[in-house]
Amino acid sequence: MYVAVKGGERAIDNAHAWLAEERRGDAGVTELSTEQIREQLALAVNRVMAEGSLYDPDLAALAIKQARGDLIEAVFLIRAYRTTLPRFGHARPVDTAAMRCERRISATFKDLPGGQVLGPTFDYTHRLLDFKLAADGEAPRMPAPPAESQPVPHVTGFLNREGLIEEAAPDDTPPPDLTREPLEMPASRPLRLQSLTRADEGFTLALAYSTQRGYARNHAFVGELRIGAVAVEMDIPELGFAIEIGEVTLTECETVNQFKGSKTEPPQFTRGYGLVFGQSERKSISMALVDRALRWEELGEDFTGAPAQDTEFVLYHADNIQATGFLEHIKLPHYVDFQSELELVRKLRREAGAGDTPEQMEAAE
Amino acid sequence: MPLNTPENGARRDWLGCLARAPEGRAAQLLTSAGLAPEFEYLRPPEIGSVMLRGRMGGSGGPFNLGEMTVTRCSLKLATGEVGHGYVQGRRRDDAQAAALVDALMQTGMATEIRHKVLDPLYAEEQTRRAARAGKAAQTKVEFFTMVRGED
Repeated sequence: MYVAVKGGERAIDNAHAWLAEERRGDAGVTELSTEQIREQLALAVNRVMAEGSLYDPDLAALAIKQARGDLIEAVFLIRAYRTTLPRFGHARPVDTAAMRCERRISATFKDLPGGQVLGPTFDYTHRLLDFKLAADGEAPRMPAPPAESQPVPHVTGFLNREGLIEEAAPDDTPPPDLTREPLEMPASRPLRLQSLTRADEGFTLALAYSTQRGYARNHAFVGELRIGAVAVEMDIPELGFAIEIGEVTLTECETVNQFKGSKTEPPQFTRGYGLVFGQSERKSISMALVDRALRWEELGEDFTGAPAQDTEFVLYHADNIQATGFLEHIKLPHYVDFQSELELVRKLRREAGAGDTPEQMEAAE
Repeated sequence: MPLNTPENGARRDWLGCLARAPEGRAAQLLTSAGLAPEFEYLRPPEIGSVMLRGRMGGSGGPFNLGEMTVTRCSLKLATGEVGHGYVQGRRRDDAQAAALVDALMQTGMATEIRHKVLDPLYAEEQTRRAARAGKAAQTKVEFFTMVRGED
């Protein structure tokens, strides 16, 4: 046994040395810097920050490089690093109404104060491969005169004035934190949103899509999608007042959903909410759809058995680090477990082959 | 907690500006201003995290959004003024520079610091923001209504 362990260590060291070499790839090709990843693979960086639940573009870029582009592995590295940091406290809730929007669109209103701002979007591109990018070219520039950024009001505010949409009334109840207490059911909406904002994008997208296809259909419109920088403010005990300690780029999505009304609520539009680190549009819309589907109980809707309505199913399977941890562990040595299974199957077969299983013996008597 | 006095308001502003400054910039401006006063640490630069929060529906109750890296530092000048620095990211030198600027702003050198460090930081930030806002403005959709041909 001892000898096998020693042999394993050597093989592991060598495997890691080879991994490092493969990570670098062809030494004749220029090495990728973490700055290049941060600047040129920004959406991958954003995804790693969102699912890693830590806003730090430099660290996310490093994690992507170390993980050879495996984004779930990169998220794993970020989550592991996060646990080593002392937590100084919590910030005040971000004010997304004061966001300096670089993109802001509404699918429900054409003319809205502040206008429709497309920002740097893939929308309306033809999705044809651009071979110019494979050749060295000059950095493209989008010339624009400088301008002043004005805060733009939330679209749901307009509907609110007529009372046509449910309100999101201000409240300062301290939210639960799933990084401090284990996730337990029933999960309140703040806990669900914390879980969803760091959930796997693919899983969230698939669930959101299932609601569109009819599993817990709630017919969502994108009332508003906005992307931009918001200030992070924190109360500093040694100062005795709050200061800005930085700013983060977020993507916020508010959906407006049809709602026929229930015993307790008048017919009105209801809302789903998505807020995600970085420019993370698909994730943010998905989050809003899943958030709305999970609200069936509070809105007095029927549980149709749809996966997207099942809080326990959604929250316990949304975290890709938990999922991959459990999934990937089955490839690690289970020699002893398997030995006992093997023994059991052999024994059962021996008994079956000899025709002397207890039932057969009884029948013979 | 003290009230939001005008003095606190000004301090709030410069601490915010220092927190948002690009890596190395505040330290660089301090150095080029030839300012390296003596100090002792009350809290040497320390890297940690802060949990960010959002509001449900943008305006409702808060929820935890995820953490952000932050570096903080507190120090005391030989002349007794205490400075605090909180900056985004893992930037020990910048947190120390922020705390130094904060302390110096409470001394007779405040005007000089404002001219040589804070004003350039504000101006550069303004330029960066205006450039991005300008690009965003160029992508604003101008709708026009098709006039129908019957009159």
